[in-house]
Amino acid sequence: MGTNTHFPDPSVVREELIQKYPAKVAKKRAKSIIINDPQIIPEVQANVRTVPGIITQRGCSYAGCKGVVLGPTRDIVNIVHGPIGCSFYAWMTRRNQTRTESLTDANYIPYCFSTDMQEENVVFGGEKKLKQAIQEAYDLFHPKSIAIFSTCPVGLIGDDVHAASREMREKFGDCNVFGFSCEGYRGVSQSAGHHIANNGVFKHMVGRDNTPSEGKFKLNLLGEYNIGGDAFEIERIFEKAGLTLISSFSGNSTIKQLENSHTADLNVIQCHRSINYMGDMMETKYGIPWMKVSFVGAESSAKSLRKIAEYFDDDALRAQVEAVIAEEMPRVKAVIDEILPRTTGKTAMLFVGGSRAHHYQDLFTELGMTTVAAGYEFAHRDDYEGRDVLPTIKIDADSKNIEELKVLPDPELYNPRKTEAELEALKEKGLEINGYSGMMQQMTKKSLVVDDLSHYESEKLIEIYKPDIFCAGIKEKYVVQKMGVPLKQLHSYDYGGPYTGFEGAVNFYKDIDRMVNNPVWKLIKAPWQKKVATNGVSKGLEASYVTQ
Amino acid sequence: MLLRHTSKEVKEREGLTINPAKTCQPIGAMYAALGIHGCLPHSHGSQGCCSYHRSTLTRHYKEPVMAATSSFTEGASVFGGQANLLAAIDTIFSVYEPDIIAVHSTCLSETIGDDLQQITRKANDDGKIPEGKRVIFASTPSFIGSHVTGYANMVTGIAQQFAVSTGAKKNQINIVAGWMEPSDMREIKRLAKELGVKIVLFPDTSDVLDAPQTGKHEFYPKGGTTIPELESIGDSLHSIALGSISAEPAAIALEKKCKVPFETLEVPIGLTATDRFIMSLSEIGGVTVPDEITADRGRLVDVIADMEQYLYGKRVALFGDPDQLVPLTEFLLDLNMKPVQIVSGTPGQRFEKTMREILDARSPETKFKNGIGADMFLLHQWMKNEPVDLLIGNTYGKYMARDEDVPFIRFGFPILDRIGHSYFPNVGYSGGLRLVEKILTALLDRQDRDALEEKFELVM
Repeated sequence: MGTNTHFPDPSVVREELIQKYPAKVAKKRAKSIIINDPQIIPEVQANVRTVPGIITQRGCSYAGCKGVVLGPTRDIVNIVHGPIGCSFYAWMTRRNQTRTESLTDANYIPYCFSTDMQEENVVFGGEKKLKQAIQEAYDLFHPKSIAIFSTCPVGLIGDDVHAASREMREKFGDCNVFGFSCEGYRGVSQSAGHHIANNGVFKHMVGRDNTPSEGKFKLNLLGEYNIGGDAFEIERIFEKAGLTLISSFSGNSTIKQLENSHTADLNVIQCHRSINYMGDMMETKYGIPWMKVSFVGAESSAKSLRKIAEYFDDDALRAQVEAVIAEEMPRVKAVIDEILPRTTGKTAMLFVGGSRAHHYQDLFTELGMTTVAAGYEFAHRDDYEGRDVLPTIKIDADSKNIEELKVLPDPELYNPRKTEAELEALKEKGLEINGYSGMMQQMTKKSLVVDDLSHYESEKLIEIYKPDIFCAGIKEKYVVQKMGVPLKQLHSYDYGGPYTGFEGAVNFYKDIDRMVNNPVWKLIKAPWQKKVATNGVSKGLEASYVTQ
Repeated sequence: MLLRHTSKEVKEREGLTINPAKTCQPIGAMYAALGIHGCLPHSHGSQGCCSYHRSTLTRHYKEPVMAATSSFTEGASVFGGQANLLAAIDTIFSVYEPDIIAVHSTCLSETIGDDLQQITRKANDDGKIPEGKRVIFASTPSFIGSHVTGYANMVTGIAQQFAVSTGAKKNQINIVAGWMEPSDMREIKRLAKELGVKIVLFPDTSDVLDAPQTGKHEFYPKGGTTIPELESIGDSLHSIALGSISAEPAAIALEKKCKVPFETLEVPIGLTATDRFIMSLSEIGGVTVPDEITADRGRLVDVIADMEQYLYGKRVALFGDPDQLVPLTEFLLDLNMKPVQIVSGTPGQRFEKTMREILDARSPETKFKNGIGADMFLLHQWMKNEPVDLLIGNTYGKYMARDEDVPFIRFGFPILDRIGHSYFPNVGYSGGLRLVEKILTALLDRQDRDALEEKFELVM
């Protein structure tokens, strides 16, 4: 299996993927299935509606807002205004780990709060019940903040969660209550919810605490949600390197950290898709530049640390960063050297998220594996093609519904951390300052890029390419594994991790080695079934309707 | 402490539900539809609903869970979802080729007033449903009832929309499966076979959500009640509904449509509920109970008698769904245990009445609450005030169990962190034996853990 030279002809693959669709659907899907050329990056149709009836990986706006961005902050009481399900399904299922300083510090992550809207609330309005719920949460817990999340029916019946929040905030005086209009039908995927969450956190939290922060090299880590302890590992590395993390957005974070985050001098962005709005808005209002980094992969982590040192332009920091890398790398190398012979030459497919399908390619490269096809679940064109295409992206009706905040420099707090000239100089050194060059520039020529991959397409791809590992989420996990191909979950990490930083790279190498070389895949056929197989090994990789 | 903000003091809440002991209707409808052979469940609402339901069911079963969505956007929410559903039906039959699409609604489509009957009829009139294929539907608004209600509504939809009365009776008995696991459904079929009674079990998720690893993904696994079987239920002699909340509505619908008489029993969890099931099925089927079944029963009674000292008086807190809680409570009482605190988020006066009847007779001091306000937060507060020896409930219970240092048995839906429920039944005498084994293991492991060195026992 798989090195570059054995790729199937991608244009044939593309035809194969769309031939079963009704004509209109095929025409639409064709624009999202692209043969890559890193030199002349072709346009990918992304962030458009999923065709009804297509089995998609995507979720909703609420999931992106409450589940992804706001969920990981431990001391906010997140009340979901709606019928019970929405809050129930987002209850701890994303594995955002958090670590309080003491056993009595606020941590509401293990709790699920809902207004459990009933029929009479839908018919006669639910605001009264919502206010009652907010009051009860306040009386029971006295939290610093309560956030309200609107679900589908709330938007339709016209409950004003913002007015209710304002009223209760004023009533309490010591509890910041704010709402999010993140109804599931907004936008075309979780992505809309990320944007709505960014707006809300920016409006209601960032900048509320002007206490000057300590530390020489102060930064925020944006788009890191501490799944499986990823943020813990990055925190460990930052501390070792002498970097001061003011706030993460939002893994292992607290209200106080977010409110004080504008005192940092740099925003580094890990997940571009979910948090780039925040980077832009903080730059405009406070003059904090943002820089794209990735701590997924040992080499990427080293590279990102060096970029941060370059940004702060301090020789002592540069030296400290080099010392950290020099100390961390040997144990990483010891593991990869041992594993590499067993993983080299194998192939991977990644269809996940809005940044992960890019980041994790670095880890597969470190494992000597080739990514033959990749795509995002809810990304936009800039995540594929790079931010240079931003001016050419057409704003459609679904995107227009998501508020764009009008942000201006803060009359008192705006303080450009770097001059234009300094920023230009940093960019010339290869730092992605306020920029991101996207996934496709990194992928090989003739690899396949597919946005919003459907279930049907995934089975076809597996049948054609027979990859050694497929990366996606829980809904895809057992489908792919039934075909005899291991699936690595890159939302929940199959309950392992962390996968960031140096420790994370080691974890990932070991997990992938274990998965692609697991003897179970050779046990699928019973001895009496093997007699009929040509080589005594399961041929596997079949999907019922593909072969029918 | 994981749930460090849960205080002992219980205050009445009217607006806020904390740590619910239920979820919403559509996931139940999706689960029920998976129990029909060749059926693709379809969620008529936003993408998130379908994604969340598939994810939760997948985590519970560690199996593929296929379902499609109408992918509502803001436009559809304003102008109605008819165009989305029609487009979905077209796409699904072209691409995924099911025999049946089972559409359920969501809070979104219910709030805007989409009429599934009218839309599916239009799909038929417009020629979007290929010859021999079916689109069925159930209304499952998330703001009424719970996931159990959604299950019941879909099973009712299945009965109503498939059953045909030909006038010629068939020598078979319908068993309407209440919400239970594939393993339980397999066990019900095994028991009927052992009794020698021909049954049609619907829905039936065995061989769907416990599919073997073969190296091939069967999009429509071999299990599930088939269309001919479902069409035949209108000609059956009798129906037995297992579960008054999750199964009986379908039996009532079938009686109305095809005059099939029915009887409602509990899900046969534990000794006496299984006794009633075996008695009923053997009487209706006109068969005598074979010795093998009597011997299975005897083995269960034997274990209970042998180990009664470890069970007696143990205080148990429970949370879960009505049709499981009723027979489980009864079983715990049969074991001489004390089910002292019980909550279920699923509302319903009939459930409340049944529970009260059982408890008033045999455990009047038990705290029981269902419906609004009956959440795990309340249960946890009760546990803090009056400690228990054992907690039984779904995976979310592990946080309370750890905080209170109480032995914990996973039972119900969802179980996200252990396997077994798909493969080993809780119903029947063998299921009862499994439950007793689990209870004893949990209690005795705790006794071993906590025993002083000089009191540590070899033989127990």
